[in-house]
Amino acid sequence: MADLDRAGIEELLDLADHFTEVLERDIPKVPALRGATVATLFFETSTRTRLSFEKAAKALSADVLNFNPSGSSLSKGESLKDTVLTVQAMGVDVMVVRHQAVGAPARVASWVDCPVINAGDGAHQHPTQALLDALTLRRRFGKLDGLRIAIVGDIRNSRVARSNIDAFTALGAGVTLVAPPTLLPLEVDSYPVATSTDLDSILGELDVLYLLRVQLERGSGPVLPSLPEYVARFGLDRRRFGLLDKDAVVMHPGPMNRGIEIATDVADDPRALITEQVGNGVAARMAVMFRLLSGRGQP
Amino acid sequence: MIAIHNARVLTPDGPLDTDLTLADGKVHNLAAGEATTHLDAGGALVGPGFVDLHCHLREPGFEWKEDIRSGARAAAAGGYTAVVAMPNTSPAIDSGHLARFVADRGREVGLVEVVPAGAITMGRAGNALAHLDELFQAGVRLFTDDGDGVADAGLLRHAMEYVAERGGVIAQHAEDPGLARGGHMHEGRISSRLGIRGLPSLAEEVMVARDLALAALTGVRYHVMHVSARGTVDLVANSKRSGLRVTAEVTPHHLSFDHSRVATMEPDFKMYPPLRTEADLAALSQALQEGTIDAVATDHAPHAPYECEVPFEEAPRGVIGLETAAAAVNTAVELAPMLFFERMSVTPALICGLSSQGRWIEEGSPANLVIFDPDISWVPETFLSKSQNSPFRGTKLRGKVLATLFQGRLTHQAWS
Repeated sequence: MADLDRAGIEELLDLADHFTEVLERDIPKVPALRGATVATLFFETSTRTRLSFEKAAKALSADVLNFNPSGSSLSKGESLKDTVLTVQAMGVDVMVVRHQAVGAPARVASWVDCPVINAGDGAHQHPTQALLDALTLRRRFGKLDGLRIAIVGDIRNSRVARSNIDAFTALGAGVTLVAPPTLLPLEVDSYPVATSTDLDSILGELDVLYLLRVQLERGSGPVLPSLPEYVARFGLDRRRFGLLDKDAVVMHPGPMNRGIEIATDVADDPRALITEQVGNGVAARMAVMFRLLSGRGQP
Repeated sequence: MIAIHNARVLTPDGPLDTDLTLADGKVHNLAAGEATTHLDAGGALVGPGFVDLHCHLREPGFEWKEDIRSGARAAAAGGYTAVVAMPNTSPAIDSGHLARFVADRGREVGLVEVVPAGAITMGRAGNALAHLDELFQAGVRLFTDDGDGVADAGLLRHAMEYVAERGGVIAQHAEDPGLARGGHMHEGRISSRLGIRGLPSLAEEVMVARDLALAALTGVRYHVMHVSARGTVDLVANSKRSGLRVTAEVTPHHLSFDHSRVATMEPDFKMYPPLRTEADLAALSQALQEGTIDAVATDHAPHAPYECEVPFEEAPRGVIGLETAAAAVNTAVELAPMLFFERMSVTPALICGLSSQGRWIEEGSPANLVIFDPDISWVPETFLSKSQNSPFRGTKLRGKVLATLFQGRLTHQAWS
């Protein structure tokens, strides 16, 4: 995400804005990428991101190949390089890669001739998530300049946080990271953000409360004394929700752990933009694919 | 009979511009003499062949990465006349017959003295002592579980007591497993931004601090392998001042690169311990100049090309180094010729007790020699090692091995 400057992000957001309009049509489809083939290769499991890319590709009239590593040659010992070269040989125009290892999509891009879209690599980056979140905020507030955004949760192990910090700050928002010390990034002073370990004290100042899933499965040894302790300090319950400004919104990249980082009634409140985020994800991914494959036609 | 002309010969009294003649595996005299082969050193240094305290020749068990023959060829090309082969093979070198196998294979190949290191624990599993006495009788002097540190302080204490009594060396790959768990690169600003879990400098420093206390208790000779962190340098310096028999080595790559290289995500920059900060790099260079760090060791760790065609976090750890070590050190650190050869040959030979290696050149000294020109620049591109995972590929280096002589025989020469 850091490779895109403000103008680059805004160009994609403008394109995505256009595609949100397309997605509201009776026939939510344009022929922009007719004849193109999009391959999704999700070496790490995902539901919403893969479906979102597939929907985005189909809305652009592209054909979609889904690669599922379980039951594939990968489980028979084929290397990542051979796998992606095999997929390329079938004729694809863009690959969408999610992988558990940092830098894997970039590594794949060095082996294949077609563009590669990073759909999440380890704890590194999830750029299309950052685009869809920025799109959601821009559609809500008009712009991100001056917005006060807190990102709460397992930031240390979160690719969503790393991409969103880049995108939100590039677009002029102020970001505060909120987490227990074991879940804040190391060397956090080198990030362009503020930090806090006291959620209650900053809630009243926020425009956006961005909650992350507590990824207990990613920890190295015990990073939290207990889940109830986390919920007591950092969970967004009704009381904390009441401390937010009346115009403030709540976001979450999903999948949610209801009752942990977010109370179930808060998750269903109209000021929780979680389903809007999902809808905007399709438009944002259409924008990225269109941008990479443009020249094939106009939207 | 080989004669070497126009040489700057490193004698016990310092550099001397002279010719020399070799016969019967020894230096016959420091003068031109009758010979069947004449080598023109062209003013280059002629010193004792380099001695590597730390390389992975991968045999037995991992011959697709390297074997003793290919590793010995790489060593000879790098100016080495002796290498200590690490015991993390399959099976691990934890018994006498296995150490003998490695030494015998080295003799059959005949390009370099292959000195087996022995494991400290059975199978390098960290649970029970290896057959230390058997290993000692097979010629092993340096004991290590390299690849892993010995985490159990009680077990290490016993190993130290046992090895101290026999006059051996305990060499530690210092890496506290709890602090290092899941790490792939130096823990710092760059690992944090990349989202890659780090190995903090403390993982090394904590184990070295503990080991130095145990070494003081047991009186063993203790050697810190591949020092990477500034704090470790300080610990070693303090222990030396207090009279402990401690030595330390540093690799050429830790003297040449910092952790910013990992941002490229190239597996050729993945090694344990990891590349650290510029400040660590400066401390390592200074320590090598001043002698806090006694020796350069390659930690030559070959991995087949296809094993490296993976994302960084899934890549194997370690890089090759035998063929570039002398040039890399000569490029990275300012060392006068005598000091350069002390760190590359004389001291490492003393640490592992090799009497026919690392000897300044005089009449009757062993003809284990290297001809090294510190002023020739070149760019390494391909390697004689079976593996090509070098962080120096494509990097301009200064200093070239022109020829290597082992037991009076030419084992490598770069003149065409």
